[in-house]
Amino acid sequence: MVAWSDQERSIITSIFSNLDYNDVGPKALSRCLIVYPWTQRYFASFGNLYNADAIKTNPNIQSHGTKILHGLDRAVKNMDDIKSTYAELSVLHSEKLHVDPDNFKVGPGAPAAPRTPSLLSDCLTIVIASKMGSGFTPEIQATFQKFLAVVVSALGKQYH
Amino acid sequence: MLSKKEKKLIKEIWERLTPVAEDIGSEALLRMFASYPGTKTYFSHLDISPGSAHLCSHGKKIVLAIAEGAKDISQLTVTLAPLQTLHAYQLRIDPTNFKLLSHCMLVTLACYLGSEFTPVAHAAMDKFLSAFAAVLSEKYR
Repeated sequence: MVAWSDQERSIITSIFSNLDYNDVGPKALSRCLIVYPWTQRYFASFGNLYNADAIKTNPNIQSHGTKILHGLDRAVKNMDDIKSTYAELSVLHSEKLHVDPDNFKVGPGAPAAPRTPSLLSDCLTIVIASKMGSGFTPEIQATFQKFLAVVVSALGKQYH
Repeated sequence: MLSKKEKKLIKEIWERLTPVAEDIGSEALLRMFASYPGTKTYFSHLDISPGSAHLCSHGKKIVLAIAEGAKDISQLTVTLAPLQTLHAYQLRIDPTNFKLLSHCMLVTLACYLGSEFTPVAHAAMDKFLSAFAAVLSEKYR
C-alpha cells in the first residue's frame, strides 16, 4: 500500500488541475517517440512518424497523447488504490498492445536502488518541468515522480 | 550517435549555461537528492543543504566539466581522462547513479530553457549525457 501525505496529494491534484490535457498529453507522447525512437514500434499503424515534425503534427499521436493523460487522471482521482484502478489497463498493455514493460517500468522502491529509465514518465516530467519552470521545485519533482512510479508499477502488475 | 547538428546544438547550449554553472549544477544536485535520497550517501562529508557553499561549488564543478566535454564531443575520452581516473579509483560512484543525475540535469534544463528545450534538443542532450557517463565509467573495470 502506498502512503500519501496531505502535501503530496495536494501537489499532485494541483499539477493536474493546472494542466491542459490536450496540450501536455500530445507533447509528452511525441517527445517520447522523438527522444526514444524505438518506442515508435508500438505506433506503426499511426501513420507518418518519419521525423520530429511529422510526429509532432500527427493527429493520431495527438489524440492518443490526450487519451493517455486522461488515463492518468484516473489515478489522480483514485490515489489510494491505483493498483486496482489500472488492473484492466495493465492487462491491455500486456495482452493486446504487447508493450515491453521496461518502457514504463520503474525499478524497486528502495531508496538506494537505481531506477530503470521510465521513458514516457520521464518525457511527461520534462514537459511539465518546462511548463512550470522554477515552480517545478525539487520537492514537487520528487512527489510527481513518486506518483508516476506508482502508476507505472500498477501498469506492470498484470504481466506474466 | 550524435549528428554534426546535434553536437553544435549541445555545444551552444552549454556555452550559454556556463555563466550560470553554479545555479544549474546545484539545482540538478538538489533535484537528485530529493528524488533519489540514496544518492546523498556519496556526499556525507559535505554540507549539501540548499544554498550551501559545498553544494554550489560542487554543482559548478560538474557543469563546467560537462561544458568542457561539450566543446569537442569527438574528443570526450581525451578531455575526461583525469576525471575517469578520479571516478574509477577515488570516488567509485556506482555508475547507475550517473543516469539519475543526467535525468535531473535534463529536468533542470527543461525548467531553465522552457519551450526552447525542444524534443530535438532533449534527444541530443540525453544522448550526450549518456555518452559522457559511459566515458566517465570506462576505467572502472
